[in-house]
Amino acid sequence: MKPRHKRFAFIGLGLVVLGIATILVLNAFQSNLVFFFTPTQVVNGEVPQGRSFRIGGMVEDGSLVRENDGLTVRFIVTDTAKRVPVTYKGILPDLFKEGKGAVAQGKLAGDGTFVASEVLAKHDENYMPPEAAAALAKAKASGAQQSKSLVVPEGRKDSL
Amino acid sequence: MIPEIGHFALILALCVAVVQGILPIYGAAVGNSALMAVAKPAARGQFFLVLTAFGCLAYAFAEKDFSVLYVAATSNSQLPLHYRLAAIWGAHEGSLLLWTFILTIWMFAVTLFSAHLPESTRSRILGVMGLVSIGFLLFMLTVSNPFERLIPAAAEGRDLNPLLQDPGMVIHPPMLYMGYVGFSVAFAFAIAALLGGNLDAAWARWSRPWTTVAWCFLTVGIAMGSGWAYYELGWGGWWFWDPVENASFMPWLAGTALVHSLAVTDKRGGFKVWTVLLAIMAFSLSLLGTFLVRSGVLTSVHAFATDPKRGMFILAFLAVVIGGSLALYAWRAPRVGLGGSFATVSREGMLLANNVLLVAAMGSVLLGTLYPLFLDALDLGKISVGPPYFDSVFVPLMAPAIFLMGIGPLAQWKKASLPDLANRLKWAFGVSVVTAIVLPIVMGNWTPLLSLGLLLAIWIVTSAAVTLRERLTHVAGNSLGERLASVPRSYWGMLVAHCGIAVFIVGVTMVKGFETEKDVRMNVGETATIGDYVFRFDGAQDVVGPNYTAARGTFAVSRDGREATVLYPEKRRYTAQNQIMTEAAIDPGLLRDLYVSLGEPLDDGAWSVRLYHKPFVDWIWGGCFIMALGGVLAISDRRYRIAWRRQEPAVPASARAAKRKVA
Repeated sequence: MKPRHKRFAFIGLGLVVLGIATILVLNAFQSNLVFFFTPTQVVNGEVPQGRSFRIGGMVEDGSLVRENDGLTVRFIVTDTAKRVPVTYKGILPDLFKEGKGAVAQGKLAGDGTFVASEVLAKHDENYMPPEAAAALAKAKASGAQQSKSLVVPEGRKDSL
Repeated sequence: MIPEIGHFALILALCVAVVQGILPIYGAAVGNSALMAVAKPAARGQFFLVLTAFGCLAYAFAEKDFSVLYVAATSNSQLPLHYRLAAIWGAHEGSLLLWTFILTIWMFAVTLFSAHLPESTRSRILGVMGLVSIGFLLFMLTVSNPFERLIPAAAEGRDLNPLLQDPGMVIHPPMLYMGYVGFSVAFAFAIAALLGGNLDAAWARWSRPWTTVAWCFLTVGIAMGSGWAYYELGWGGWWFWDPVENASFMPWLAGTALVHSLAVTDKRGGFKVWTVLLAIMAFSLSLLGTFLVRSGVLTSVHAFATDPKRGMFILAFLAVVIGGSLALYAWRAPRVGLGGSFATVSREGMLLANNVLLVAAMGSVLLGTLYPLFLDALDLGKISVGPPYFDSVFVPLMAPAIFLMGIGPLAQWKKASLPDLANRLKWAFGVSVVTAIVLPIVMGNWTPLLSLGLLLAIWIVTSAAVTLRERLTHVAGNSLGERLASVPRSYWGMLVAHCGIAVFIVGVTMVKGFETEKDVRMNVGETATIGDYVFRFDGAQDVVGPNYTAARGTFAVSRDGREATVLYPEKRRYTAQNQIMTEAAIDPGLLRDLYVSLGEPLDDGAWSVRLYHKPFVDWIWGGCFIMALGGVLAISDRRYRIAWRRQEPAVPASARAAKRKVA
């Protein structure tokens, strides 16, 4: 092989690797993207069935109930327009409180209860998780454009 | 008064940076040595000015000067002195000052260790660093001044985020920034070479130790951040694929590729164009990381204030740096010429494959990090990309790269023979495969991923052993000791760093495969069992700390009826901001960590509790430190020490290559 051919072979190899990487990425993207919905959307049935998604809003005052096992909790997430009951088994983050913003990730059960696998709350007292803030703003504007905040849903690290 | 001195020092530093960024580069272009000579004193002057500013801010923190807005926002009179000083980089403004300060430290270091460089190269390097510095100083002076006054002064500060009140957080940001900013030296070398058109093997040799040092700092910095997340966040996780973590990981991947690509440029004169591109990429990603973490684009532990002006400034700065350097690259790179040719199966070929894989991995992290931002900015919905995405992309990309890592060091430059390599490595491969399959079965939990992880780790170690043995037969010396001593340190460095990866993989694999986690409700006196360990909860007492009150639980841990240890996890309430924090208790060990964190108080003194048994988890960070140690060994090599003292004869790359062909 001439050097030029070799170089083409290398470039070809690089393209193949990049192609494989792209396929992997797109595949993984397809199955791992988690979408965000507001309580209103959940109640209106706009959410996917059997697929994990996130909801956000305020934890309704006085809605937090702990079951006898000490670990399972029930509470209601609201965007002031609609309410979604949530159950979660596990330890809640430090800053989870009634009347404060929270985001939960999980699936919707048949009876309309949101079964959370993860609950996120923010580490700063005065801070509202962006999704929760967006949900409240959206409900307030009822149908108007939602806020254009440049914020991504936080990962688990932020759940304190 | 003191804060004003600091502010004034920053303004002077900006003036000096402008001079340093313009005159030496112009001088190098027209061959005026008087103008080039400005670079060194300017860089040193800038260092002392920024040092003064940094000292002034430190003084304001130490003296609890709450008339300075930044001090009032990030510290508190109850905060102990060491955390008050660490609060300098506890938020946006101060961490930018730290960034700039570290940039000037690197500049100062370049002025010290560049006596052997040609005058024009040195002045171009310092000039480029001066230009970078202009950007950061302007940023601080226009939109994020750490010395801004608060009038009237606050009676009390808002306090440092309790999450950051931790020894790990004192050291993590400076380490990380040493790494980030260190790549600015590699970047400046690359830009200087593009400007001067003298991209040769000597250039790579000069650039190599700087890049390796930056890489070591970055490795340690990331490891410390990960360790901090593990013990401070109370989740027991060590990596969350959080955008903030990704921001530090992307420059690391590009930097790792750069370290390997520089090796080829140094030894063979090849990959030149690619190496320059990687240097630009590594530094651009460092800037991007700073942007992501510090602009408030990502709402995370690290971003405290959202200020669109700042975001716009950094974005514009990024566009200038990345766009400018890529334009220069497009203009000048074609003149650089190609290196020597090589066969597909050769050390160059394998290093190229390693580079492509690392960059592909970096690209996938970049996509997963930025894609949600784009969607949100374009109002197409809010999404999140979680750990499953990164896990499923990362493993298949890294596995072949790590497999090649075993073969690469054994392959000859230019052209190697595949059957020959297979023959030399057959024992190493056989041993790895057998151990990787048998070991998990013996431990009683076989999964494909577990075997893959162990296979890769053992493969690295066994192939490194083969490499070392072959090397020993080639070097001079009678006794084994003499031979070991005559293997160059850079070679040891490579082997040690590679083994660090193996240790890291063992840690990750074992934690994933064998960890046990339990969320339980525990009454006083109740026990819970995880692994071989029995945890007994002996109740919680109230304790008072310097700036917090806490409930401290007592857990007696026993194994086979014998007491192993007692753990005291805490639930703290920091009084300044009335913020609650979980302080996990960990019993570390070489083979396992025991980890307890308190959830919430329930009735009758009971608590919800999270218990973990994490086998080999400390190997994760141990591996990172071993990698960094490898880097340190590599730069302590004789060839660099000699290079510091005497100037390299300026031999063009083509002449070098020709000489090698003759030889």
